[in-house]
Amino acid sequence: MSVDSVETAAPPEATPPGGNAVLAFLRNTWRGLTSMRTALVLLFLLALAAMPGALLPQRSLNSPKVAEYIAAHGWWGRLLDRLQFYDVYASVWFSAIYLLLFLSLVGCLVPRTLEYAKSLRAKPVLTPRNLSRLPHHVESTVDESVPDVMARARQRLRGWRLVEREEGGGTRSISAERGYLRETGNLVFHFAMLGLVVALALGKMFSYEGQVIVLADGSQFCNSGTLGYDTFRPGLRVDGTDLNPFCVKVNDFAATYLRTGQAESFRAGVEYQSGADLDSGTWRPYRLEVNEPLRTAGDRIYLLGHGYAPTFTVTFPDGQKRTSTIQWRPVNPQTLLSEGATKLDQPGVTDPALRRQRQLAITGLLAPTAVFQGSLMDSGFPDLLNPAVAVDVLRGDLGLDAGRGQSIFSVDQSLVNDGRLKRVARANLKPGQEVKLDDGTSVRFDKVEQWVDLQVSHDPTQGWVLVFSLLLIAGLGTSLVIKRRRVWVRATPADTGTVVEVGGLARTDRAGYGEQFDRLAAELVRGGRPDADR
Amino acid sequence: MPTDDALSRYSDWTYFAAVAVYVVAMTLYFVEQALSRAPRDEAKVLVSAGAPEAEGKQRDVAFPLEQERDVASPPRGERFGRMAVSVTVLGALLHLISLALRGVAAGRVPWGNMYEFGSVLCLAAVTTWLVLLQRRAPVRHLGGFVLLPVVLLMFLGGTALYTTAAPVQPALQSYWLVIHVFTVATSSGALLVPGVASVLYLIKTRNEADPEKLAAIASRLPAAETLDRLAYRVTIIAFPAYTMAIIFGAIWAEAAWGRFWGWDPKETTAFVAWVIYAAYLHSRATAGWRGTRAAVINAAGFAVMVFNLFFINLVVAGLHSYAGVG
Repeated sequence: MSVDSVETAAPPEATPPGGNAVLAFLRNTWRGLTSMRTALVLLFLLALAAMPGALLPQRSLNSPKVAEYIAAHGWWGRLLDRLQFYDVYASVWFSAIYLLLFLSLVGCLVPRTLEYAKSLRAKPVLTPRNLSRLPHHVESTVDESVPDVMARARQRLRGWRLVEREEGGGTRSISAERGYLRETGNLVFHFAMLGLVVALALGKMFSYEGQVIVLADGSQFCNSGTLGYDTFRPGLRVDGTDLNPFCVKVNDFAATYLRTGQAESFRAGVEYQSGADLDSGTWRPYRLEVNEPLRTAGDRIYLLGHGYAPTFTVTFPDGQKRTSTIQWRPVNPQTLLSEGATKLDQPGVTDPALRRQRQLAITGLLAPTAVFQGSLMDSGFPDLLNPAVAVDVLRGDLGLDAGRGQSIFSVDQSLVNDGRLKRVARANLKPGQEVKLDDGTSVRFDKVEQWVDLQVSHDPTQGWVLVFSLLLIAGLGTSLVIKRRRVWVRATPADTGTVVEVGGLARTDRAGYGEQFDRLAAELVRGGRPDADR
Repeated sequence: MPTDDALSRYSDWTYFAAVAVYVVAMTLYFVEQALSRAPRDEAKVLVSAGAPEAEGKQRDVAFPLEQERDVASPPRGERFGRMAVSVTVLGALLHLISLALRGVAAGRVPWGNMYEFGSVLCLAAVTTWLVLLQRRAPVRHLGGFVLLPVVLLMFLGGTALYTTAAPVQPALQSYWLVIHVFTVATSSGALLVPGVASVLYLIKTRNEADPEKLAAIASRLPAAETLDRLAYRVTIIAFPAYTMAIIFGAIWAEAAWGRFWGWDPKETTAFVAWVIYAAYLHSRATAGWRGTRAAVINAAGFAVMVFNLFFINLVVAGLHSYAGVG
């Protein structure tokens, strides 16, 4: 895909009689594919095909939203699903376009690279017989001798690639050219593009990304297997067995806010160990912040989010206690009003049937800064200034042994509807306050802990992607800034001195060459007597 | 960090003063445009010069026939044009002051939300225009067409998108905010100029094909070739800058979001715009795609940039939702 060269569509080849029609077809297809026109069309298709990904919800970014969209749009939503419009960048059609573009690029680069290699060794072209027919031309007679003129020209054209030729009759000429770097830059740009695509493809195979919520009370997370994660997205070649070993311990978390409630900073104090530290048990401290991931063991650990985890202590009638701290999820990102469900078994109950009657769930809302309107609670501020919970206590069968997965943030509503799970209390509680159930059980809201959402990312090729990106920029800049210029100087001995002719040609971007040439030519014929031409 | 309300107020005043001054400059440009004679001779000479890449005998100056035009222009229009440029410079200075005050008021670089981003973008567009004039391009009277979208954008920014000065959220607290957002804003602003030139090119060639059409505007436009070169010369500077801006964004995303590229709506649309501008550069080197088609592609590229600024920021939810609007 050349920016300079002008291509025309491949003329349809006449199939020789009895010749190989298949071969001709292949040849024409290849020529068609690698022509600039096709590349242009493919570029447009690529732009067009990428667009739905910005307008429709994508599974890779937000799969619940995709499900919502499909549900809301009926057959149209399902049709889009079948056509892979919710996985645009993994779809058959998107892949087809960029693979064709890739092929087209290769098909264009191979011959151009060969051409380029040849041109590196080639000498500047012969001086045209009639320089006055060039777009730029100056003629003048000077008093110097031919060798002097040539010497000065060589001096002035330093840095140009030039060749001096004897033309007979004492006439000598210089043919000079510069701007070869333009094509170099152009090729570097396109090869970097290829490299980038290859690095990206390899990255997709060997990268992984996992997210995990860790309580900021000294809890640990170790990258030992996929089960440790809440969600894990492996690359095509990652089976989750060979993760880079490291451990992270989250000691504390602090957020500061502006008076408007806008967050000002998030900071988690963590300690980590990897490599030899794992054996020696050494922990190294790190201040994990947004924009400041922890890079260790070839992985990166990011602070993605945070939230609150209420601690409840349940005292059963027989005096036994159970304490639980579990993360609740923010439902309002501005005020961090959170919802969740803390689920407990009564200790000492072994009969499964009885257990299914005695399980407890504390579910409802948590406000870090509670504001009440009557008994309705909302959060007025994201910071932990005046925490309170508004909870229902449910007793009965939580469905935990039903074999069905359930959200840790809510109870299975169908069990409530069936009457298998009954509300036994409703209360607004501040830390230290408790609510008594009918059977004498008390539920106390102790305090609120913080949790952080960590993301672990592994991408072995991203360094290469960066290298190719930088090459790409360097190549692009060079190819657009450098201009190809040709200049010829001919000195012919005459009766009154030497006739000097200068001719110039801009091979690319003619804009601006006029003044440049005039300056150059003026120096080359300096001291001369300008003749008619100008 | 507290914000300084007084400074922030002064910033708002200078902002609207800059808009008002731009409106005056725009009017002056249009007066010059209306008073200038139709450059018929110029058009004829250039049409006879043939296809853009033909290496025929011709003066290859940056913008052809500058001297001739200067001689031909009536002094009345000339005077208005010169005034327009001075007023534009004044507007740009006010604009710059407004941004500087905003930065001091908020205690950070003044491109942390959509209002400020739009302001930087517009200043970049105006600056690009002034630099072009500095290069003695004979296109001064087109200034009105450049200032028109600038004034519209700034008005929209100062009213509908206005946000009070405040520190930015943690995700934006990075030196990459300085680098990435600045390069995006300035390269987008610079690309406004080729966008305008390409639209004018289309008007001009439409008129050349059928003199009845769009005669009121087209007769006073410079030759199509001049417009084409104007678009190209700015694009080849702004496009690498925009490429860099995207790469900076990827580097930042790697540190902030855990991946350098994730097909976030903003990233996707930036990619689409990039591909379109790449197609523009290729089209100028392909037989049958130069001229009108290239101009259409360039204008489409800028349309996608505008779409990316407004639609993606305000309608589509994504990681780049920092508009601070609503």
